[in-house]
Amino acid sequence: MATTTTIVPSGGPVAGSRSFLSRLRDGDEIARLITFLFAASVVLITALLVYELWQGSALPRHRFGLNFFRTSVWDPVFDQFGALPFIYGTLVTSAVALLIAVPLGIGAAIFLAELAPLRLSDTLEFFIDLLAAVPSVIYGLLGIFIVVPLMRNGIQPQLKQYLGFLPLFKGPAYGLGFLTAGVVLAIMIIPYIISVSREILLSVPRDQREAALALGSTRWESTWKIVVPFARTGIIGSVFLALARALGETMAVTMVIGNTPVISPSLLSPGDSIASVIASQFKEATGELYTQSLIELGLVLFLLTFILNGLARLMIVITSQRGSGTGLA
Amino acid sequence: MKRIAGIFLVGLGLAGILVAQGVLSLTGAGATFPFPMYSKWFDEYHKKNPNVQINYQSIGSGGGIRQVTEGTVDFGATDGPMNDEQLKAFQEKHACAVLHFPTVLGAVVPTYNIPGVAASLNFTPEALAGIYLGKVTKWNDPLIADLNKGVKLPADDIVVVHRAESSGTTYVWTDFLSKVSEEWKNQVGRATAVKWPVGLGGQGNEGVTGTVKNIPDSIGYVELIYAESNKIPYGNVRNAAGVFVKASLAGVTAAAAGAAKSMPDDFRVSITNAPGKEAYPISSFTWLLIPSKISDAAKRDAIKGFLSWMLSDGQNYAEALSYARLPKEVVAKEKKALSNIQ
Repeated sequence: MATTTTIVPSGGPVAGSRSFLSRLRDGDEIARLITFLFAASVVLITALLVYELWQGSALPRHRFGLNFFRTSVWDPVFDQFGALPFIYGTLVTSAVALLIAVPLGIGAAIFLAELAPLRLSDTLEFFIDLLAAVPSVIYGLLGIFIVVPLMRNGIQPQLKQYLGFLPLFKGPAYGLGFLTAGVVLAIMIIPYIISVSREILLSVPRDQREAALALGSTRWESTWKIVVPFARTGIIGSVFLALARALGETMAVTMVIGNTPVISPSLLSPGDSIASVIASQFKEATGELYTQSLIELGLVLFLLTFILNGLARLMIVITSQRGSGTGLA
Repeated sequence: MKRIAGIFLVGLGLAGILVAQGVLSLTGAGATFPFPMYSKWFDEYHKKNPNVQINYQSIGSGGGIRQVTEGTVDFGATDGPMNDEQLKAFQEKHACAVLHFPTVLGAVVPTYNIPGVAASLNFTPEALAGIYLGKVTKWNDPLIADLNKGVKLPADDIVVVHRAESSGTTYVWTDFLSKVSEEWKNQVGRATAVKWPVGLGGQGNEGVTGTVKNIPDSIGYVELIYAESNKIPYGNVRNAAGVFVKASLAGVTAAAAGAAKSMPDDFRVSITNAPGKEAYPISSFTWLLIPSKISDAAKRDAIKGFLSWMLSDGQNYAEALSYARLPKEVVAKEKKALSNIQ
């Protein structure tokens, strides 16, 4: 898309002085039209998606109404469908993932962008991009074979022993569940946060750093007090990009979450998420109401992503108004 | 550039001619459980009849029923028979019936992981229903322990594992539990996916196996083929005649033979908990779903040709792939039913 952005403005100012036909002959108008169509397709696809999800879920919307969001029974035999446990699972696993991934990811990005020698930074960036491109089913396998046993035999018993008085860490340690799903998600989204945040930190103007250093601040002070706040907007953007991936992640989650639609305060409990239940049940779902309820879950996920994206925008607007670098990212 | 385009066009034309020359292509979709069997059959049949090419998408039983009802495929395949409501929907849409043709049989076995227990455990239907209802919670519960004298069962909690996704395997398992337990039938029921009273969900046979292997004191259920090819320990189940039977192809065929006498004309029969001393009680047919009216004569002949080959020579391929073959009585009955496809 880089070429399209250069063609349009260059055609812009001259456009008025020439006839449409000559512009057409030069190709400017054609390029404008074609690229416009490409851009419009984004809106079109979104609209079509919402329309299809809305149409496809007519039956449960009429049958359950708002109760779809309030009830937690998911029973294909007796045709009772409630989305609450799946919404809960999606939010909890994503929250756990962010809680782990944000400090790690941003920390690593700061090191790579500000403190590490450039050659090391570039080498590591190569590996990070590689990690970001690994298919999620591979992370799922990693989860099953490494994270789950580690959780069950190592981490969860420890958590129960020392923090067992908290409702967060009660119940049997199966190794599968919210916490494990959150950890696997964290592993998956860290590369995104690092990669994007590093680029943003690197794009902070050099004179910002120099000014801070000239005022006598240490390297770390200039990084933490000047560069990071300057890049704040972009870093938040990277976090929300990662969140979007965590919310919609399917395969890796379904392999480690335990696939049981329950709402439990304990992170050790097995659960289920929206994307995971759609992936696992749609294939063999029989009956209109059942399949349409799964489609409505898709709509719910879409809404959830929409709301969270809206919040992200809001947050970016607020933080940039508080007076930091604009025009970044 | 032009030359390349020219060559490409000529190639495209040639391909078009080849297609038009008459390789008849049939498409089917559905159950994943018989997929290895079906792909072997379709391949062999194509070798013998090069003019018929059958494509099969293993998208799951539910998908098979959906697609055949929508008319997007020539035939469907399912591990659980279509219910009356689904048959009616098909009838209304196509003004003809959809026929069930059993192809092979499979079984579902209980598999478990109890540290220190290597023996093949005996399970009564009551014990299995109790475990999956969450009523039998310890391995040394008398319901299990009394049948397994001499095996030292721990006093630990049983971890129940089931399939996370909808699956024909789950249908067979819950169908069996519904037959042997009134409580299961009323509270949970039979379906490809149910509301499980207890337990963890594993994705696919391999997911259930993996979870059972990983978690001590767990129990799960998988397809016999899967358990055999992966050398997973599995238990014996008491059948309707009161005998504890370890699942085997012979036991499955025996269950089918026991049910064959009372086989309804539409072949929609459940053979779980079948009569007969040798019958393995958690067995099931898997079916092809064929519309009773196929307007395209060439396609109709091709489907009928394949079905009659499948019922005779095709059955010989079953055992090599660990599927149980159809009993003679069922084959004879199906051959008669072929004339219902018009």
